[in-house]
Formats: sequence, C-alpha cells, structure tokens
Amino acid sequence: MLATLFSLSAALPASVSTDNSWINFDVTSLLQNFWPATFDGLTFGAIYALIALGYTLVYGVLNLINFAHSEVFIMGCYGVVFTLTSLGFGPNAPNLSIWAIIFNLILAMLVGMVFSVVTAFVVERVAYRPLRRRGASRLAFLITALGASFSIQYLIFLVRGSNAEPAVTMFIPTPIFQVFGAIIDSQQLTIVIAAIVMMVATDQYIRRTRVGRGIRAVAQDPDTATLMGVNKDRIIVTTFVIGGILAGAAALFYVMKVPSGVIYNGGFVLGIKAFAAAVLGGIGNVRGALLGGLLIGVIGNYGQLLLGDSQWTDVVAFIVLVLVLLIRPSGLLGQTLGRSRA
Amino acid sequence: MSEQTPVRTTRAVQLTESREALGGRRQFLGGWRRRWNRMARWQQWLFLIIVLAAVYYLPVANPWLITTEPGNDFPIACFQMAVYALVAVGLNVVVGFAGLLDLGYIAFFAIGSYTAAFFTSPDSSLIHIPYLWTLPLALGIAMLFGVALGLPTLRLRGDYLAIVTLGFGEIIRILATIIPAARGQVGFKEVGHPPGTASDGQPIFSVSNGVPWYWLAVTVIIIVLLLVGNLERSRVGRAWIAIREDEDAAEIMGVPTFKFKLWAFAIGAGVGGLSGALFAGQVGFVNNQKFDVATSMLFVAAVVLGGSGNKVGAILGGAIVAYIPLRFTAIADYKYLIFGIILIVLMIFRPQGLVAAKAHLLTYSRLAVDKVSEFRAARVTSEQEKAAAAEAAKGGAE
Repeated sequence: MLATLFSLSAALPASVSTDNSWINFDVTSLLQNFWPATFDGLTFGAIYALIALGYTLVYGVLNLINFAHSEVFIMGCYGVVFTLTSLGFGPNAPNLSIWAIIFNLILAMLVGMVFSVVTAFVVERVAYRPLRRRGASRLAFLITALGASFSIQYLIFLVRGSNAEPAVTMFIPTPIFQVFGAIIDSQQLTIVIAAIVMMVATDQYIRRTRVGRGIRAVAQDPDTATLMGVNKDRIIVTTFVIGGILAGAAALFYVMKVPSGVIYNGGFVLGIKAFAAAVLGGIGNVRGALLGGLLIGVIGNYGQLLLGDSQWTDVVAFIVLVLVLLIRPSGLLGQTLGRSRA
Repeated sequence: MSEQTPVRTTRAVQLTESREALGGRRQFLGGWRRRWNRMARWQQWLFLIIVLAAVYYLPVANPWLITTEPGNDFPIACFQMAVYALVAVGLNVVVGFAGLLDLGYIAFFAIGSYTAAFFTSPDSSLIHIPYLWTLPLALGIAMLFGVALGLPTLRLRGDYLAIVTLGFGEIIRILATIIPAARGQVGFKEVGHPPGTASDGQPIFSVSNGVPWYWLAVTVIIIVLLLVGNLERSRVGRAWIAIREDEDAAEIMGVPTFKFKLWAFAIGAGVGGLSGALFAGQVGFVNNQKFDVATSMLFVAAVVLGGSGNKVGAILGGAIVAYIPLRFTAIADYKYLIFGIILIVLMIFRPQGLVAAKAHLLTYSRLAVDKVSEFRAARVTSEQEKAAAAEAAKGGAE
C-alpha cells in the first residue's frame, strides 16, 4: 500500500507539487524501482550506444562531430515505421507466430538501414566531401554539419508535418525471467542482446578486416594512410555507411521501445545524448561507445526517478557529460581509434 | 593635413589592391571596402551619420518594396531585425572573433528575457525594478551564466564546446518548463517597458508601437558596437584572433588562451542577455515556447551568413535572417530549411560570408595601416631611397 503511494508520487511531475521546492530528492522511489529502472535504462542505453557508434567512428576518422547523424537515425526510424505500417501494423499488436514476428522485424530493420545508409551517404557526398576537397577549417565543417542536420530535419517536417507518426506495435513484450525482483521481458532482452551482438561485430570488423585496418589507418594519420595506398575517400564513405547501418538497427529498437516517438525533430536530443555517450566512453573508441551508452541510459533513468520528472533525464545526462569531461577529458576508456588527442 | 591623409590612404589602397590581385580572394562588396578605405576620416564620419540617420528613419519611412506589410507590422519587424542584429553582434564575438562555436546561444537570450520578466512582470513575486535597470542586470546575469558554463568547458577542445553549449541550450529550455517559478507555458504577462507617456495617455513604449523600441534597440546596438569595436582593436581582440587562427600557436606566443576564451564567451553571453531583455520588453510576454535550439541555429546562420568575424557582416546577417521570413511570409515555414541549406552552400562556396573579415593587419589602427603601407610603398617605389636608407643606417651604426 505504502509502496504504491510512493510510486504514485514519483509518477506525478514535480510542477504539480504545491510547495515551491522544485527539486525534491525522491530517494525512496529510486530504491523502490532501482532494478526495473536499471534494466529499462540498459535497454535505452543499448540504443544510445548503437547511435553513439556512428558518431564515434566518424569522429575517429574525420575529427568531426557529425551533427547530421541524428537525422541519419531518424530517417531510419521513418523507414521502419513506413515498412511496418505498409505491412499492416497499427497501434495494437497483432497476434502473430514468433517466426512471423522475427521476419517482420528483420524486414523493417533492413528498410531502416537502407534509409539511414542512403541519408548518411548523401550527407557525406553533398556536405562534407566538397569541404574536404577545399581544405576547409574545422569550424566550417561543424557549421556544415549543423546545416545538414537542420536541412534534413525540416525537410522531414515539410513532408510529414509537425505531428509524430502514428504508433506501431510489433508484439506485446512477454516476461521471460526475473532478476532482483525486476521482470525482464522479451523486448528488453531482444534489444540488449541484438545491440551487443552488432557492436561486437563492428568491433571485430574494425579490428580484423582489411577495411577495418584502413579505417584505423585513416584515423591515425590520413596523409600517411593515403601514401600507403589506402583510398581515403572510400574509407570515409565506408565509415559513414557503417554508422548508417548501426543507426538503422537503432531505429528499429527505438520504434520498438517508443512506438509513438517518431517525429521530425525527435532525433536531435537523442543524437546529443548519443554523442554524450560516445564522449563519456572515449570518443573514437568502439567499446567506449557501448559503455558510455549503457551508462547514459541508466543514469538518465536514475535521475528521472530521483527528481521525479521524465524531463530530468536529459538534464542529468548533460550534467554527467560535463562532469566526466572535467575529470577525464578523453572519456572513461580513452580514445583509441586514432591518435590520442588532448 | 587634409591634403596628406588621402594621398597616404590611396597608396595604401593601391598596395591592398595589388595584393588582392596577386593572390588574395576575390571579394564580394570588396569595391565598397576599397572605396571606404579611400575616404578621408571626415568623409567616413559624414557617411556614417547619413547611414545612421537612414537607419533611424527606416520604420517611419516604411519604404515601398522593403516593407513587410500587410503581413507584419513594419516597425515591429524592424525591431525584430534589430534584435537579431544585436544577437548576431554578440555571437560574432564568440564565433567570429574567438572561433568558439556556441550552439546554445539562445540560452543566454532566454536568461535575459526571464531576467526582464522576473523583475518587472506583476506575475513575479520578486522585487520589481524599473525596466531599463533590467537591461544591465540581464547583461550581468547572462555573463555570470556564460562564465559558469565556460569555466568547465573552455579548457576542452572546440568540438566539445559545441556539443556542451547545445546541451546547455536544451537544459535552460527544460528548466524553464520544469521549475514552477519560471511558470512554464503560462509565462509572465505585462513585462515592463521604459517610462514615458504620449499625449493620449498611452505609454510611448507600447507593445503595438515598434518605432520607439526600434530606436532603443538601434541605440543599444551602437553602444555595444563601440564597446566591442574597442575590444576588437585592443590586446583582447588580437588575442581572440590569434586563438581563432591557431590556438596552440597563440598559447606558445604567451596568450593566456583560456582567459581570453572565457572573456569572449562571457561578453557574447552578456550581449545575448541584453538582446533577450529587449525582446521581452517589446513582446511584453515571456514563456518557455520561444527558446528552442532551432532558433539558436538561426543565430549561428546569421553570423555565418553575414561574415563571421566582421561586425558589419553580423548586423547584416542578423537583419537578413529576421527579415526574410517576415517579408516573404509564404516561405516563413521553410526558414529553417532555407537557412540550413544556406549554411552548407556558404561553407562550400563562400566560407567568409557576405562581408568578409579583414584579412590583413587585423586589429591595428588606421594610423598603423597607413604607416606600414607608407613604409612598404617607399620600399617598392624607390630603390635609391632604400639604398640611401641602408647607407644612412650603416653610417648610423658606425
């Protein structure tokens, strides 16, 4: 009885409280919901980590914050939603066999990936390559990235309007097992496992393959790599494409987790948080992106529980980012893709 | 004296021209700069006074073709252009002079607006002060926030600053929504205005009458321009430009880069706060809806479009960014798309913007420019003089 009371008070936004204290530390609610919040945070964190990989790879190779990556991701979300709605999915999950669900998921993911990859490719071609040819300054790259991000965002706005896409639900999560009294359902398990598998695959790809060696070489020293016969432009495009593939996968998981969250500017804040995750783990570091993503997801959830409003998630994530940058400017695991930078 | 000065400058200009012809970038509006440099000091003042008179007269004249009516009230449109120009002047200090990409500039604008609202609106329970006092107050408070944000982040590389400021802009907007004292979407009504009543009993600075507000904003811009211009030509300005061009080199040459970056950041923040307070006064209403990060992008677009590192360019860019959606209301919905594309195209084809920053003798005074040019001209034109000078130097040494 008491527990329900507490969780209720946590569900209410802080602005409803009549007294003037706008920060109230609801420790009880945090302790009550600690494990569910942790696992939920890990699920979100896996999505952040997948997006963060795109930032981290491009940053490692080009030394550029690719602001347009959040739009690469949101385009993937639109791809997923279009596929699912044209397959006949709606707000209510249909009753399908497990194989049908898996087939639909993979199909949606592939379409999402295609959307994301095409966006990433176009952005690289239209916005970044001409600048590289002209040897533009770093500031010019950042401003172009920003311009690309807003152009895509408001292009979507013009086509799809200011409302979020109608929700699509693929399946109803079924509880699978319990850890510390928290129920873990099939959805959380799918997302976390799939994300980790994709990240391990990316990590191995960069470590073991020929192209991966090329990526690392360009990240370390673009000029020397070119002299050694690495095609720099092709490597850069490959990096964007890998980032796009991962963003497309993240898009599917995001639509699974937040069915009605696909909106033209929805990628923006998510993208900032994913970038924060990349910096947290050490930008340019593939494993750091995983660690940073999971941490940002979990910490954001704790902050929301502690402070009592979902809006606090973003604020807490940024404050954590600034604190980490203060103490460890190169992130938790350091920067390894390219040379270490101060 | 009035005979000598034009001669000197003409020589200087000839040199500049030959330099530009040799390898410099071609400059759009370059002819204007050349003409300007060729003028004598009194001619420049006269020209400035005429321009200023025209600027002050603009909303009253309401010229055909330029006017934003019937879609938008022209004096109020002028005021908005002036506010954007002021914002661009402030952001130009951060982005253009010091080379720090601040993507959350809207946060300082919001802080200024809320400062004006907190201290003048009847909806606020704080002490109330006259509106005009909130202008310096907003400047000070925004500067404090700028220092608070800059202290932890300016030691890092520039890219991180971009992302942290972006986050800061978002945080301020969220806080305005969450904190009950900021009243969220309900907001503050009847934000104060400067004193004075017209003959019909209405206040001079009313919400519906943009002309006095515009004059106030232009006056503020002029004051800020004088102050920023002085800074630009001083040691501080040289330090900023050194940091922008190469931070490591500047540090090695003994420029305390962190200190000057923080100064640029704080001054930029202060001007942002000032413009926010002006804006809040004219609109008379402040809530959490106007301070989204997208507007921050427009501010950056204004600076980059006008010419980052150039005050005149910043004003022009700010005015254009505000003017286009107001004048061409049919495309107002597309403004973010348009300015987003403009950012990309500009960076590819004309990274210096409409009015380029001065490329040489960046921050020296006019006198120094003349002296150096004179010296160069003497060296180029007369071999004999040079030889004689060398002779004389030899003799002097012996």
